Amino acid sequence: MKSQVLTGEHFINGDEACAEGAIAAGCKFFGGYPITPATEVAEQMSVRLPHVGGTFIQMEDEIAAMTSILGAAWAGFKTMTATSGPGFSLMMETVGLAVVTETPCVVVNVQRAGPSTGLPTQGAQGDMMQARWGSHGDYEIIALAPSSPQEMFDLTITAFNLSEKYRTPVFIMSDEIVGHMSEKVIIPEGRKIKTFSRVKPTGRKDRFKPFQPGPLGVAPMPAIGDGYNVHVTGLTHNEKGYPVMSVDIQKEMMERLLGKIRNNLDDIILTEDYRLKDAEIVLVSYGVSARTAYTAVEEARAMGIRMGLLRLITVWPFPEQRIRDLAKKVKGFITVEINMGQISREVQRCAGIVPSFIAGHTGGAVVPPDDVLKIAKEFLA
Amino acid sequence: MKKNETEIMAHPLEDLVRMERIPHIWCPGCGIGSVFTSCLSAIKQSNIPYNQFTMVSGIGCSGRGAGYINIDSFHTTHGRAIPFASGIKMARPDLNVIVFSGDGDLFAIGGNHFIHAARRNMDMTVVCVNNLTYGMTGGQVAATTPHKAKSATTAAGNSETPFNLPLLAYASGATYVARWTMLHARDLADSIQEAIQRRGFSFIEVLSPCPINYGRRNKEKTLETLKKYHENTIVKNGANPAELDVDFNKGVILGKFIDIDRPTCDELYRKMYWPQEQGTAENRKTG
Repeated sequence: MKSQVLTGEHFINGDEACAEGAIAAGCKFFGGYPITPATEVAEQMSVRLPHVGGTFIQMEDEIAAMTSILGAAWAGFKTMTATSGPGFSLMMETVGLAVVTETPCVVVNVQRAGPSTGLPTQGAQGDMMQARWGSHGDYEIIALAPSSPQEMFDLTITAFNLSEKYRTPVFIMSDEIVGHMSEKVIIPEGRKIKTFSRVKPTGRKDRFKPFQPGPLGVAPMPAIGDGYNVHVTGLTHNEKGYPVMSVDIQKEMMERLLGKIRNNLDDIILTEDYRLKDAEIVLVSYGVSARTAYTAVEEARAMGIRMGLLRLITVWPFPEQRIRDLAKKVKGFITVEINMGQISREVQRCAGIVPSFIAGHTGGAVVPPDDVLKIAKEFLA
Repeated sequence: MKKNETEIMAHPLEDLVRMERIPHIWCPGCGIGSVFTSCLSAIKQSNIPYNQFTMVSGIGCSGRGAGYINIDSFHTTHGRAIPFASGIKMARPDLNVIVFSGDGDLFAIGGNHFIHAARRNMDMTVVCVNNLTYGMTGGQVAATTPHKAKSATTAAGNSETPFNLPLLAYASGATYVARWTMLHARDLADSIQEAIQRRGFSFIEVLSPCPINYGRRNKEKTLETLKKYHENTIVKNGANPAELDVDFNKGVILGKFIDIDRPTCDELYRKMYWPQEQGTAENRKTG
């Protein structure tokens, strides 16, 4: 059997690295639909999955792609799909089904400039709020933002692990630039890659409740055919999984769904500090924009401006407390992102009275470091 | 009086029903319960262990079917039962997958998925309860509502033309196509059993009354509908799918129309894509 993990040094693009990360994490099912600039993820998965005993299927649209991975997840497998803005929009209703049925799966969004068909071949970060609020109703979600092909590999594994641990869909919020950028990607030996698989139930099958929280607020998850006779519905349901149309059960279910994320923030939230210790101006950035932000920090420091960077690896749940803590000691925040104000609003919300700006861009290109420096200089003047 | 005379006998299908969820939501005079019973009978008489089955439903009155069967069952989003079921089937070809849903769910919002699953010969049994309307939302016009029939959104009658579902299924590539009414309980159960035990995409349309939201508007009482099912239908196995429009004035044709054997989607995928050594149980372990 061909090795599941392609250990070694590779020169591959972000989309391919994402697919390799999925394989290394133990993904066995991919339901896809072609869309620029995420197509390479599907292509790579179609080639790789059969060699690891997995299944690739190209569905008739993104709704079907997203739905198929939920079915396959309940069949007992780690599953993934990948898309970009228009497909992400189509998947949104099913994302809600995944949240409420607590179905682990990974959804990759290689963002392009929107709205609508927009700039299919050019990057943006305009779907960040859609990732948070795109499906109807109230919920918590996990979203990670890779800044390099290496992180497309690493964070895809993290996404699977979080997804399996918390029984929730996890987004990889990438973008065209990182997706199509080729860099060195180091794939470690399989045995050195930490992977986590969903906890399976034990004990009496007739008494099992598929939505009764265990440790971390998460219930064990059986696969179809294990004999637990589970019923799974998108309707508001009790711990047994049966629909109950009541305010009380809605509250109980929602508190559990929200709680399993909100009560485990320290485990879920990943950030990286860069020259933050003495910073008076803090850049907040993620994904490809963080690369711009590094450059901006270097150039600002060369000019004598004490600038630092908080890079969000986990974008959702948002690291609110971290921003609040920083706000106590810095002069201002600048959020660097390829949109006209999404994560910057979260930063502003948490910054309180500390001034908060955006170095944004309408999409199709990165934010030039000069734009960041200009805002910083004007603010300090 | 002896003790056992006072005891209520268990329903013969009770082991397949989530009894704690009874009573069900279906209205008096509704036909879905009868179709559901035929479906359970088919499962039982197939003698296949229950844990080798799974049922997937979409949204609507018929979509509640998955909530009452006591096997692993999924009540998904509107129109998406088939892609959910396709994910299950491709991941676990050993499972016997039944989609139980309504005409609105399967053929309006979910129409695209239906034709593609049929084209792929996805190995599943699709039971469509066709009550000619959107029952749960109060009787709006459907893709199956007869021309000129009244509905909540066609007060002066339906100006559109309905689908001929068996023709659509056949044209899309379904390898088993049948139609019954809920009154033909035994034929229906046998047909579903046959579909379960064969390979490939099987489609069974079941005509079923919605007296509250369709019957009342069209001045048709449940018993009249059943009488039509009895008197204005003819069983014609192998009938030409093009002649299967639902028109009770002409007479509605029932029976098994298509039964072709061809390799399924999962069989062909594994044959063409999996290297020899991947077929082992070891590599198909879940988790």
